[in-house]
Amino acid sequence: MSAASAEHHDHDDHHGPAPGWTRWLYTTNHKDIGTLYLLFSLVMFFIGGGMALIIRAELFQPGLQMVDPLFFNSMTTMHALVMIFGVVMPAFVGLANWMIPMMIGGPDMALPRLNNWSFWIMPFAFLLLLSTLFMEGGGPAGGWTLYAPLSLQGGDSFAFVIFSIHFMGISSVMGSINIVATIFNMRAPGMSLMKMPLFVWTWLITAFLLIAVIPVLAGAVTMLLTDRYFGTSFFSAAGGGDPVMYQHIFWFFGHPEVYILILPAFGIISSIIPTFARKPLFGYASMVYATASIAFLSFIVWAHHMFTVGMPLAGEMFFMFATMMISVPTGVKVFNWIATMWRGSMTLETPMLFAVGFLVMFTIGGLSGLMLAITPADIQYHDTYFVVAHFHYVLVPGAIYSIMAATYYWMPKWTGNMYDEKWGKIHFWVSTIFLNVLFFPMHFVGLAGMPRRIPDYSMQFADWNAVASIGAFGFGFSQLIFVYVVLKCMRGGEKATDEVWEGADGLEWTVPSPAPYHTFETPPAIR
Amino acid sequence: MSSANSYYIPHEAKWPIVGSISLFLFFMGFASVLNGGGWVIMAIGAALLVYMMVRWFGDVIKESESGMYSEQVDVSFRMSMMWFIFSEVMFFGAFFGALFYARVFSGPWLSGFGEGGAAATNAVLWSGFDYMWPHNGPAELGGDYQVMGWFGLPLINTAILLLSGVTVTIAHHAIKDNDHSKMVRWLLATCGLGFLFVFLQAFEYYEAYAHLNLKMTTGIYGSTFFMLTGFHGFHVTMGAIILLIVMLRGTKKHFSSTNHFAFEAAAWYWHFVDVVWLGLFIFVYIL
Repeated sequence: MSAASAEHHDHDDHHGPAPGWTRWLYTTNHKDIGTLYLLFSLVMFFIGGGMALIIRAELFQPGLQMVDPLFFNSMTTMHALVMIFGVVMPAFVGLANWMIPMMIGGPDMALPRLNNWSFWIMPFAFLLLLSTLFMEGGGPAGGWTLYAPLSLQGGDSFAFVIFSIHFMGISSVMGSINIVATIFNMRAPGMSLMKMPLFVWTWLITAFLLIAVIPVLAGAVTMLLTDRYFGTSFFSAAGGGDPVMYQHIFWFFGHPEVYILILPAFGIISSIIPTFARKPLFGYASMVYATASIAFLSFIVWAHHMFTVGMPLAGEMFFMFATMMISVPTGVKVFNWIATMWRGSMTLETPMLFAVGFLVMFTIGGLSGLMLAITPADIQYHDTYFVVAHFHYVLVPGAIYSIMAATYYWMPKWTGNMYDEKWGKIHFWVSTIFLNVLFFPMHFVGLAGMPRRIPDYSMQFADWNAVASIGAFGFGFSQLIFVYVVLKCMRGGEKATDEVWEGADGLEWTVPSPAPYHTFETPPAIR
Repeated sequence: MSSANSYYIPHEAKWPIVGSISLFLFFMGFASVLNGGGWVIMAIGAALLVYMMVRWFGDVIKESESGMYSEQVDVSFRMSMMWFIFSEVMFFGAFFGALFYARVFSGPWLSGFGEGGAAATNAVLWSGFDYMWPHNGPAELGGDYQVMGWFGLPLINTAILLLSGVTVTIAHHAIKDNDHSKMVRWLLATCGLGFLFVFLQAFEYYEAYAHLNLKMTTGIYGSTFFMLTGFHGFHVTMGAIILLIVMLRGTKKHFSSTNHFAFEAAAWYWHFVDVVWLGLFIFVYIL
């Protein structure tokens, strides 16, 4: 790579972090920015989680007892927006920031200043979004999908919600462009594409999805904005538009977005399982192709979110079969992970526990997804708690567990200290038990017909809702264990070796723990 | 060890946080304006944003001129610009998608064609509505209006943009031959054509509002017409400003025959708005 032969020498090159608190404000270091993203995500996790607990407290019994229905609706809306845009996406970007330059042997991200901006937009965007809860008429209450015409009937906060989405979108697109440029342009000599760790591959494809669909979301919400404030009629039949058109445009963004929330998780699991099975990943190339296939299919399945809305029969059929096709590459992945573990000398440290938990419970969510893909069956399941159970199984033990697994896995590299293994394992088991107490009953009440997003319900659903609420509080509070383990690890503990894990493979394990402020000032040799 | 200096990493950046604060003020101000609030916060945000961009880009230009950037940095810039333009394509895709959906699906369904309940919907809700593009909906929102024809201003504007694509290419060849003054002259022509386009587009809007009764509120036709041409016009304005700045840099001899990425990025962007216009001209004006 002749590109690596610049003559410039900056006198700051070998310095550590800048002194003082402005280090965090002005930093261009991928590790600092990764840390900021991860901490932001952790704070938002508890804000979004608090909203979930308000929902579950209200649903503990039938009837209206805790909060008024409008506030309940804005809690379901905000919980989703916070968890998707404020927790899972920033956490993955934080991991990308920390790990991708180290994994590909690069010095930093391709555009470090833009990287800083991508992060520092997030707190302001969420300030804008969360401030709507304190405005007259309350926050957005029409669901995170902001379906017209319902979303257009909310209070004055609507414009703030729309602009906060534009704001986050700017951050996502800039961050993704940066990741794509980093992966294509900052690899060490010899790090060919098919030698890249799968986490890098999955993020490359995720970043492509983000660049492709976030602008579509921006367009969709812009049309909502003009419909509300400028008298256009995109989503009004009276003017020749169509409310269903909003759903099509939204889900053209929304379905790739679903994979944006899970593809990096696939990459993390593909890094962790080989380490603790002490075997190379089974079927590396097929994993890459499966990821690319999932990304491609994600663009042609969007209408499976709207089977009941009224569509030509050919459309229903197409979207049903296209959706089912996704289970093929996903099945390839699950098969490969199991084949990697097969006859490996496995040990179950905390990251591996979370990875195996991911594998089992994500598959449950995948299978309920397959049920939802069947159009005639979906007409029964649509907008019930079965859907809620499905996407929480793919997002909580899927995306969130992968983030926790990644944190336990790479935290010794970040801090230089081993985390507390005992409390890590307790965190896993307590979380996993409560998580299933929380989400599994939702399948039952959903199949029995309990609608989602309603603060009250029929008596027949009372028992399982009470169980789910107990699970919710248990799961929510057990995340404090995670905070305890993370803080303890940041403060000190048993020193980690460079390799950290016996079976670990990859460039990030060749540098000291904690990783130096600037990792690769010269390109490393790639085997 | 020379290889120790092989990567370029900029240290500390003060402009991003200024950018975040200014965007926050701008969005908050804009949302307040939509709810009848004051313009002041929005104006402060916008002004601060412009100031931030001037200073940030100024820093980048200074660094570039002092030769701090390696070839690798140049490649990063190129890739980023390409992916940024791709994201812009997808942004316009949302509005073109809305246009096609309204024309291919919503319109016929409202007039009773299609499976399921289309016929009943038409009979019960919109009886008597016959679909023909353009239209302002079965409720005829905005009242009687006239269609914006393609012959006349839009055709002239098409010619202007296509011509500007030629002039920017001549300017590109000039800088490849290291002819700065020729590049500046042809860029000046390109900017002039760009601003002329925006001026004529504004005049077209005036005509639409004053004489044709064609407004944003004119049903789906007015909505798609103004949304697509409006965002396109905004992008042309941005592109022309970018070209103007490149031209000013040209007068200071910032570029060389081999190193002129700023010019190329501006030209790529210009061709992008050009292509979007061709799509608009065909699907919004002619068909």
